[in-house]
Amino acid sequence: MTSMNMIQALNSAMDCLLDRDPNVVIMGEDVGYFGGVFRATAGLQQKYGRQRVFDTPIAEGGIVATAIGMGVNGLRPIAEIQFSDYIYPAIDQIVSEAARLRYRSGGEYYAPITIRSPCGGGIFGGQTHSQSPEGIFTHVSGLTTVMPSNPYDAKGLLIAAVESNDPVLFFEPKRIYNGPFDGDPNKPAEDWSRHEGGDVPEEYYSLPLRQAAIVREGADLTVITYGTMVHVSRAAVERSGFDAEIIDLRTLVPLDIETITKSVHKTGRCVVVHEATRTGGFGAEILSQIQEDCFWDLEAPIERVTGWDTPYPHAFEWEYFPGQERVLTAIEKVMGA
Amino acid sequence: MARATRKTPSKPGGGKAASGKAPAKRTARKTAAKRGPAAGEAVIPLPDRDTTFSLYRQMLLIRRFEEKAGQMYGMGLIGGFCHLYIGQEAVVVGLQSVKEPQDPVITSYRDHGHMLACGIDPKAVMAELTGRAGGLSKGKGGSMHMFSREKGFYGGHGIVGAQVPLGTGLAFAQKYQQTNGVSLTYFGDGSANQGQVYESFNMAELWRLPVLYVIENNQYAMGTAVRRASAQAELFRRGESFNVPGKPVDGMDVLAVREAGREALDFIRGGNGPMILEMKTYRYRGHSMSDPAKYRSKEEVNRMRAEHDPIDQLKKRMLAEGMADEAALKEVDREVKAVVSEAAEYAQNCPEPDPSELYTDVLIDA
Ligand SMILES: Cc1ncc(C[n+]2csc(CCOP(=O)(O)OP(=O)(O)O)c2C)c(N)n1
Ligand SMILES: [Mg+2]
Repeated sequence: MTSMNMIQALNSAMDCLLDRDPNVVIMGEDVGYFGGVFRATAGLQQKYGRQRVFDTPIAEGGIVATAIGMGVNGLRPIAEIQFSDYIYPAIDQIVSEAARLRYRSGGEYYAPITIRSPCGGGIFGGQTHSQSPEGIFTHVSGLTTVMPSNPYDAKGLLIAAVESNDPVLFFEPKRIYNGPFDGDPNKPAEDWSRHEGGDVPEEYYSLPLRQAAIVREGADLTVITYGTMVHVSRAAVERSGFDAEIIDLRTLVPLDIETITKSVHKTGRCVVVHEATRTGGFGAEILSQIQEDCFWDLEAPIERVTGWDTPYPHAFEWEYFPGQERVLTAIEKVMGA
Repeated sequence: MARATRKTPSKPGGGKAASGKAPAKRTARKTAAKRGPAAGEAVIPLPDRDTTFSLYRQMLLIRRFEEKAGQMYGMGLIGGFCHLYIGQEAVVVGLQSVKEPQDPVITSYRDHGHMLACGIDPKAVMAELTGRAGGLSKGKGGSMHMFSREKGFYGGHGIVGAQVPLGTGLAFAQKYQQTNGVSLTYFGDGSANQGQVYESFNMAELWRLPVLYVIENNQYAMGTAVRRASAQAELFRRGESFNVPGKPVDGMDVLAVREAGREALDFIRGGNGPMILEMKTYRYRGHSMSDPAKYRSKEEVNRMRAEHDPIDQLKKRMLAEGMADEAALKEVDREVKAVVSEAAEYAQNCPEPDPSELYTDVLIDA
């Protein structure tokens, strides 16, 4: 075990993948020569050559589309979209081609591509560097959507994503690249070295997609979340004094509904937390499925904590970002406190 | 208003033959392929004193404003992403000086210089950088997202390439509304690789839209040098297959920019459809404030600064030709510094927006 931050863990995952499978290639804006704007691919072009780790022009539609073509022919491209805010020029290819190829060819062709993309706010990035667009993709059948919350999961899940024969959207909450963030911007930044999720094996391993993790066991209520909000929720739970079970979804679609229902069955109370905007967000889907499966277990209405239904603002970072206070209020509400 | 002349010999696409457009454009391509001024070509004379001083003052204003913004960013007074225009001043100042008042302007996130050149109040620009209520977008847009209907400035766009079809649409509106305006649509060398740029070229030529595509080729798209991302690195030729003529311009020389800009705008205003100007320029600073710019050498940057600085070049000419003495230029410097200090002060003292502003301007208020 080594202590790694999330960037190093992702780098290590890609290193393992490139090493094991000659069909793995990495492409994206500034990923080769420069090693990525967040340094996730640093050193990989030097190690594996320009054939396998290469820069693309700024053309997200083209990046994803060529990756699909490559994937259909047996390669396993990892395409980096520099910020998830820049994924929209590629959305047609993701939705109409990558997601639908398997179905419309009756299983004959498929696109085993992985799109890595940093997402989320809390970095003063304003509207074009802060979005959480996962809900747009969870709505599309034929895609797997993943978001890790720590370096260990990031590495294992990225390896699983690349080895998956389906297209995977792999969203990386950039606010926690260097350390966990509990939503309090005034606290000194923490790094991953003192967090168990920062212990990452250097060698190859993979974690199952479609499997949520229970990051804290508890009996009073269930908090369902993913990405950066796992850490915010954890801090809010500690402050609340309630014995909450916290579920980190890790894979959004396909959803591990069993882990959720088992927990809600036990606790009867539930808060769903995500950074993305509220209306039509992935939280709405979770709520729906819980009421379908656990209606008679519920002892209180389910609460949702989300970003507001506005574009990500420049000036109001901490009013917008769903911090501990908002999670705490929701916890107290479902507990009837 | 510039007259729609069609036959200035040096004009790309000029001499439009009665037989149609294609031959004229072919001539244009040949002209365009010749890069830079030919050996022994006459130097462009300085314009009259007022104009020259105004060019100098505006470039200096942008330079000093950006230096101040960089400083304030370093002090934590400006958050988010901040892209400075230092080194590229001649491009926007030169073009702005030959455009007509009704010509709309649209650009990317590297937009502070364009706003200042459009005559937008530096205080409102700086206050947007600091996210204050007095900012152009009420603090909600930040460095990359500012607009001014009053000054015909259409933003400020964070998504690389997105402003190119938008600018094409602005041109359509000019034509439809018969304003005789030309849309000045600025974008970078990196943006020139986005697919939507080519959709735009096609539509613009197909519909003969009055749009001037200004490619600000500052040699890099973040860490990527033009040649590493562009199969055709002569970006002025990017319109060829759509019959959109293009021309390379020394974008470090404000006089060359003006001359090329005037010709191009006349050509476009004359109903000849779109044109591309590739401005060869250079950014001195990193891509954004968080870029240490390790992908290029210090020597390269220093050489550009020493040999091609747009402000120094103009200053030298003004002194050499007796249009100004050091004292007069110092006076401009003092004026500009005062304007920038005032903007910086305003941007720090202006109140934060009311938090209720977070929810407004999403949809039209009910
Ligand atoms: C669609 C999209 N992809 C990627 C980015 C990230 N990005 C911002 S600026 C930039 C480089 C653009 O370079 P260029 O067009 O040459 O403009 P310059 O920054 O040099 O002014 C990139 C890749 C973005 N903003 N939008
Ligand atoms: Mg550039």
